[in-house]
Amino acid sequence: MAVDVAGRSQGLPDYLNHRAAYSGILSWVLSTDHKRIGVMYLVSQLTFFLVGVALGFVMRLEMLTPGPTVISNPAVYNAIFTVHGVIMIFLFVIPGLIASFGNFFLPIMIGAKDVAFPFLNLLSWWLFMIGAFVAIASLFTGGLPDTGWTFYVPYSIQTNTNTTLALFGVFILGFSSILTGLNFVTTVHQMRAPGMRWSRMPLFVWAIYATSWIQILATPILGITLLLVMLERVLGIGVFDPARGGDPVLYQHLFWIYSHPAVYIMILPAMGAISEIIPTFARRTIFGYKFIAGSSLAIALFGSLVWAHHMFTAGIGDKAAVIFSLLTFLVAVPSAIKVFNWVSTLYRGSIELRPPMLFALAFIFLFSIGGFTGLMQGALALDIHLHDTYFVVAHFHYVMFGGTGFALFGALHYWFPKMFGRMYNEKIATIAWALMFVGFNVLYFTMLLMGWLGMPRRYYDYLPQYQSWHVVATVGSWILIAGVLLMVGNLLVALKRGEKAPDNPWGGVTPEWSTSSPPPVENFEKTPTFSGGPYDFPTEVAR
Amino acid sequence: MSQTATPGSGGQAVLREAEHHFDYTGRKLGMWLFLFTELLLFGGLFIAYAIYRHVNFADFHVAAKDLDLVLGTINTVILLTSSLTMALSITAMQKGNRKLAVWLVVLTVLCGLAFLIIKYFEWTAKISHGIYPASPELMKLPPGEVRFFGLYYAMTGLHGLHVLIGMVLLIVMAVVIARKPFRVHSFRLDDADETMAGARPAIVDGDGKPLWKGGIIDENVEQVSVVVRLKPGPQTIHPSDYVSLENAGLYWHLVDIIWIFLFPLFYLIT
Repeated sequence: MAVDVAGRSQGLPDYLNHRAAYSGILSWVLSTDHKRIGVMYLVSQLTFFLVGVALGFVMRLEMLTPGPTVISNPAVYNAIFTVHGVIMIFLFVIPGLIASFGNFFLPIMIGAKDVAFPFLNLLSWWLFMIGAFVAIASLFTGGLPDTGWTFYVPYSIQTNTNTTLALFGVFILGFSSILTGLNFVTTVHQMRAPGMRWSRMPLFVWAIYATSWIQILATPILGITLLLVMLERVLGIGVFDPARGGDPVLYQHLFWIYSHPAVYIMILPAMGAISEIIPTFARRTIFGYKFIAGSSLAIALFGSLVWAHHMFTAGIGDKAAVIFSLLTFLVAVPSAIKVFNWVSTLYRGSIELRPPMLFALAFIFLFSIGGFTGLMQGALALDIHLHDTYFVVAHFHYVMFGGTGFALFGALHYWFPKMFGRMYNEKIATIAWALMFVGFNVLYFTMLLMGWLGMPRRYYDYLPQYQSWHVVATVGSWILIAGVLLMVGNLLVALKRGEKAPDNPWGGVTPEWSTSSPPPVENFEKTPTFSGGPYDFPTEVAR
Repeated sequence: MSQTATPGSGGQAVLREAEHHFDYTGRKLGMWLFLFTELLLFGGLFIAYAIYRHVNFADFHVAAKDLDLVLGTINTVILLTSSLTMALSITAMQKGNRKLAVWLVVLTVLCGLAFLIIKYFEWTAKISHGIYPASPELMKLPPGEVRFFGLYYAMTGLHGLHVLIGMVLLIVMAVVIARKPFRVHSFRLDDADETMAGARPAIVDGDGKPLWKGGIIDENVEQVSVVVRLKPGPQTIHPSDYVSLENAGLYWHLVDIIWIFLFPLFYLIT
């Protein structure tokens, strides 16, 4: 893409160093600068991620041997998998790449100075932190949480733990998500710089745009569902409680009407980031730009119509089950379109295997496994066999950790020099990537097999015949965690002592690479104008 | 009133508006998106209603007879009237009639208050008859009626909360309109130090006759700007003066339209 940033000078203070109205920590938590808000989201999300990882580590350790290993009380195990789920889902992958990198790069990529509603943006972050605080506080007050992250009724109505407060926390988090979504949709519609047509928007912007729509349209359903459970617990209005005439399956419907689209909130921006990384490191125009952009919207649409595939064993009608199974197979099509286009982009490209690209390639591999195992569960007969086993857990981790997680780390390595103006040690980053990739597969592929053999999820104890599998999986978790810690350590060191990064270390052509690293407060010296396609590489054009 | 800045040296001073870029369409778009989310929030409840009414058709029919149709109808009329006063208030503001706009907003808030008071009497009457969620009286009724009243309290309760939020929003709007009569525009004159040194700023009329003259711009002056304070009147009204009121109005109409659906679904299905 040709970006005209006439009169750009290097002399502008960047967003990290400019003098704001407040100093110190206040210059961050009261800043309406989308870049600072993006960084704050990133830091808070990664912190929650590490907490979630620690809980996962303890869970795997407990499963090393049958019977009690490190946890003597099974209720503590229930609490740990609940907290692991709540933190990882609501505080890490749902805000995922949209709140962090979306905030930081969406305005830059369309040549805007900021988002449409900067103050609302800051409010979203505050609501996120308040919601996180309430949710976590609820987990440590009033007994050990034991509902799992799905809060299924009637158990979540009957249990004596502090579920009402947890639900309220998630309700607030939903509000934050909605405000971010409507902010980004308005930004994309109203704030594009001259020449930034819809057909020229980088694919990450398209992904963020589609995701924002899901956030707007799906999150309110979760809001009302949680509100009804709260009313049920406090007043006993009897909408879900079978003892009072309610229908618990209705809860499952309403919950998954949000929570299935929510997995696309988690994965779509990740796919957007992959669509940025791959052309840059293959030095090739993305293959099938329109199809990748359109498939984001198609996923947003079809993804909203498949929720009941979580409920094949919950007693829904045969006719409904067949329809939802069919729709589930259909939603795989746009995802596959993306994968084919990425692979076609690589074909005859000048591929450079640097850390962001390695993460992107790992994403394609792991996401494909996650996608295929998802289809297996979409098949009605097979789902009866696989329901509530480790197979489901492993599938979900392949999609969410192997997919969104690896894409987020890829995006982090891709945009780190742009965001902080410093380079990390690429060798260590590569070693960390290798450890994570190997550890991930040892852990979760083993869990796929174990689930196939019938190991149920969420069990504290198991039959001795599964032990060798559990040992392998637990060792895998150690390798994986070693990789994660190495990666985080490497980036933290780079933040302090990394070499100064050039403005465009990877030779990218999307708009963010034409401003300085880190970007100035208003992103560009003057409003840029755009011409040409988003992924026109000069070298390729010459060829 | 025409405002002109005349740099004495005749140099090419650039007028630059320092105020943040105002995007009318963006503000409206953001509000409409928010209203979508509100519709979907209630949508979940309407789905629950649709399912349970389908399953317990007869019970819903019987239970609806317990609601007070007269009070419900009065409330519907009140809310519809409030939507009228809201719309009138926005039109008044668009035409620059600030005073009338404030009074119409106040009238709208009073309608909302009347609605809530009547709702309060309806609820307390029900509760005094022992019909409230999880009450022993209610539990004796068939499950369909329990569901009806559960949904009745949840839906009218959430709607009432929205009326309350709307009223707070409108009170804030009334105060803002009443207290902040001026729209301030600040224009920075660039290159003040070079081309305007030694000049004297002035306001001139159409014939070039000076209406007002300022002091000399000497080396102590670092920045020259023109500050315009505009009173929103019939001639000077600008979308930024009424976009917030319009958005608050949109919210109020949403609250109204939700009631338009709640009223027949609970009161008129007997």
